[in-house]
Amino acid sequence: MATKANRLRVLALYKELHRLGRDYEPSYDFHGKLRRMFEKNRNLTDAEEIEKAYNLGEYIKKETLALYSLRKYRHLKRMYPPNSTSDP
Amino acid sequence: MRPSAVRLLNILVPVKRAVDYAVKIRVNPQQTGIDLNVKHSMNPFDEIAVEEAVRLRERMKDAVKSIKVVTIGPAKSAETLRTALAMGADGGIHVEIPESAPAPEPLGVAKTLRAIVEREKEKANVDIVILGKQAIDDDMGQTGQMLAGLLNWPQATYASKVVIDEANRVAHVTREIDGGAEEVKCKLPVIITTDLRLNEPRYASLPNIMKAKKKPIEKLSPSDLGVDLTPILETLKVTEPPKRVGGGKVENVDELITKLKEAGIEAVKS
Repeated sequence: MATKANRLRVLALYKELHRLGRDYEPSYDFHGKLRRMFEKNRNLTDAEEIEKAYNLGEYIKKETLALYSLRKYRHLKRMYPPNSTSDP
Repeated sequence: MRPSAVRLLNILVPVKRAVDYAVKIRVNPQQTGIDLNVKHSMNPFDEIAVEEAVRLRERMKDAVKSIKVVTIGPAKSAETLRTALAMGADGGIHVEIPESAPAPEPLGVAKTLRAIVEREKEKANVDIVILGKQAIDDDMGQTGQMLAGLLNWPQATYASKVVIDEANRVAHVTREIDGGAEEVKCKLPVIITTDLRLNEPRYASLPNIMKAKKKPIEKLSPSDLGVDLTPILETLKVTEPPKRVGGGKVENVDELITKLKEAGIEAVKS
């Protein structure tokens, strides 16, 4: 049963993932895939299935966040290597 | 014997809206600076500073009374303040300058920050100012040190670890230096600048960004603070570094000698 509580948190997850997708590699259609994956599950009624789909969404959110952190950290580490000040 | 009242800590974190780390920097056609029509975001070292302030509060709980963030910049800089508020700061101060104004210099920024610290004294003393060690778009790395000089406060720069002993009003800071690390002990109030390895900044989630919209941002102008941000330095020219010329391979020693002679390198007369 798609309860009101479920609806709210699924929408929140969608908004969060959508915002994350803005910084993703443009050649990978993040927003398109996001929309299709959510629409595919729009008619779910079984509570367990809904929970599974929601957890997959949460997992993708965490993976994307980890990707961004790593990308930024690696970039900065290359720009500012350890034990060398910015002056030559 | 009555215990002395422990004063709660107030932390100030200046942040800068700088060119985003992923942007490929290009020199503008006039060779006076870089192309600024690109994506901007909070200076990564400032993100680390905000994160450290929030973590200090998480560790020390009620000992930290307030975390205020401040930025100097055009209207768009307010976004940077909102991000910092979404990460956990309580309130912001936006020193607004016109869009067309030249970017403030470190000395100007330090003077403005000093004025803000003096201004905050009327409500509550600032105990710790945490700044990024440098901005990634100009790599000046001077503001923290200049501010410490102007305020006559101790400074612990390139911090890779910060521990605050609020009972004794002392900061123990581990600093990254060439060849390793050193630990310094500074009395509060103190200036700390952050190194890359201090912490990993948190992601500002959408719910937190929404909550941040309700947090107060005070708008000020440089004249309100009695500060003149007119640059005293003139940039004569900005150019890209010379393009790397590829090396060439030689077949044998004779060819190597020929090439060296062509380059103007003569054999040493023995």
